[in-house]
Amino acid sequence: MPRRSPPNPLPRPRHLDTAGYILIQLLNGVQYGLLLFLLATGLTLVFGVMGIINLAHGSFFMIGAYLALTLTRLGMPFAVTIVLSLIAAVAIGIVTELVTLRHIYGRDHLDQVLLTFGLILIFNETVRLLWGADIQSLPMPEALSGSIPLFGRHRYPAYRLFVTAFGLLVGAGLWLLINRTRLGMIIRAGASRRETVGAMGININLVFTAVFGLGAGLAAVSGTVAAPILSLYPGMGEEIIIITFVVVVIGGLGSLRGALLGSLLIGVADTFGKAMLPELSSVMVYVMMVVVLLFKPRGLFSRG
Amino acid sequence: MSWAVNPNRSTLAIFVVGLPMVLMSWAGYAAEPVKLGLVLPYSAVYASLGNDITNGLELALSEVNYQVAGRPIVVLKQDSQVSPKVGLQITKKFIQQDKVDFLVGPVASHVANAMRKAAHDSKTFMIIANAGSVVLTRELCSPYIFRTSFSNWQPNYPMGIWMAREEGIKRVAILAPNYAAGRQMMEAFKEGFLANGGEILSEQYPALGESDFQPYLTNIAQGNPEAVFVFFSGADAVKFVRQYAQAGLKDQIPLYGSGFLVEGKVLSAQGQAAVGIKTALHWADTMDNPVSKKFVRDYKAKFGEIPSLFSLQGYDTGHMIIQALEATGGDTSDKMRLRRALEDVRFESPRGPFKLSRSHNPIQNIYIREVVNAGYGVIENQIIAVAAEALEDPGTGCDL
Repeated sequence: MPRRSPPNPLPRPRHLDTAGYILIQLLNGVQYGLLLFLLATGLTLVFGVMGIINLAHGSFFMIGAYLALTLTRLGMPFAVTIVLSLIAAVAIGIVTELVTLRHIYGRDHLDQVLLTFGLILIFNETVRLLWGADIQSLPMPEALSGSIPLFGRHRYPAYRLFVTAFGLLVGAGLWLLINRTRLGMIIRAGASRRETVGAMGININLVFTAVFGLGAGLAAVSGTVAAPILSLYPGMGEEIIIITFVVVVIGGLGSLRGALLGSLLIGVADTFGKAMLPELSSVMVYVMMVVVLLFKPRGLFSRG
Repeated sequence: MSWAVNPNRSTLAIFVVGLPMVLMSWAGYAAEPVKLGLVLPYSAVYASLGNDITNGLELALSEVNYQVAGRPIVVLKQDSQVSPKVGLQITKKFIQQDKVDFLVGPVASHVANAMRKAAHDSKTFMIIANAGSVVLTRELCSPYIFRTSFSNWQPNYPMGIWMAREEGIKRVAILAPNYAAGRQMMEAFKEGFLANGGEILSEQYPALGESDFQPYLTNIAQGNPEAVFVFFSGADAVKFVRQYAQAGLKDQIPLYGSGFLVEGKVLSAQGQAAVGIKTALHWADTMDNPVSKKFVRDYKAKFGEIPSLFSLQGYDTGHMIIQALEATGGDTSDKMRLRRALEDVRFESPRGPFKLSRSHNPIQNIYIREVVNAGYGVIENQIIAVAAEALEDPGTGCDL
């Protein structure tokens, strides 16, 4: 049996090590937070404008990942994959809204929860039929597959830096969309005074369809972007959606700013919990939620 | 061992794979069928494990045309959903309503633990085809519970010894999902590793179903161990191995593990990220012996894919039941006689000679396998060493 030569690390100054370590864990937290942010924006938008608690949001995350799998296998470059799976998911979202949600806006939240839970089962089963139940994985785009050295012996996956940048980019794009466009204005108006918007002659149904499509698209894009890091299987969306709900509740239901801050808080808290208090890591995000809700019962940026 | 919890499917799929009527008439008289009740996951993430075990079992039964000592064999399947609650419900239904002669399954340790009492109290034979929960062949062993797979202790204890002695590794970081099977496997590894001069730099237990391992990987890099030893399975194994490679650790710190880390369909999903990983297990599909080669060939011909370890365990479960029934002349009413027949089962398994310990757990070789590029895009586990021969779980606390 060949013996491997043990690596012989040079001793390094302890405090440099610690600073670098904390910075890297901070980067891990921010990166994870921005991934959650991509998911949380869609969820909070749909709730803010439409008043719908969409449990099936995670299904669009899954759909984005599986669409990316097929597109990549067809030989599409990753950038094209992101755009195409966004378009396809928006279309699926719009059809879903027209066929199902459209008919229950008048009903209470429980009926909506029941409907969107049913959607989860349908989407999972559809994915199983189309792509199979086996665990699959999406190869990483070649150009981003390496890791770069950071702080001494640490290396950081290049792809995760891309996810960080991508999250910031989407956040900026959304901010422009909501605050600087006519559609954004209608969305904002619809979120706070639905009836008034209707009375102004704006087709509120059309706005709802557009917003649900946008929410589905955002979830799908985060699925596409997260897929090379995760593994793909029917039902993969449910694990991440719970923590996304925590983010949205902390941030304040319906608030985009809240979603950003909530995501970063949860991302960083969860990361440091895992790294430093592993025994408590599973409750860390919920402790965070309780603390925030104690002082801000409606979340950090609740409306009205 | 256990494979995660996925409670989403609310439907229970009931399939009855009946015996062709033709065979019934061959028997010449209406012999009472021997019923096998399969409690396995057929939905969601672990569907492939349940399917592999079922396929392996059906392959073994088809070798005897679903007929032993004049009695036809009928297989009943029901989806456990990897849930202890559902698993127990199905178990009770199989015992009380269908009056099965054998329970087969489950995949997960926590489901197995939940099924134990129902099987034991009703004196129904339960053949565990995967779950490695050590207690079931130790302090909670039963005259009616047998295992054809492994105990969570078995692959990991000799791996600890092998890494310290043969690889000369003294400082490792270990990781496993935070639940019974993960903890049991790490304890077994430490038992072998520490006794041979090894040192554990850090132990980390992420939640089962963790999606982001990056904080744990940063901790590993910070501690700078000589090697990392882990147990993950299913979707977690895919995520962990890929994220380990993406973080650049693959080329810095060699990764070792329990064989489940890189087994079956998990390995094809991991791809290049898994190459170089060394793991311990009781079989590999590349094993060079005639029984294993025949098994792989037959399985491929019948199902169109390479069998996994889980397929093998299903296959051996089939052989064990067939051989015991042959020994009793098809009699399942005399429980004591059937128990002795099961205890005396001996055959040449693809993994090597198969026989059971006093506590009903297989005595088996543990092999060290390395994931290699075998050319033509094939990535496979090749056996590079034998970590232990005819290894028997200590069976502590079992007095059968």
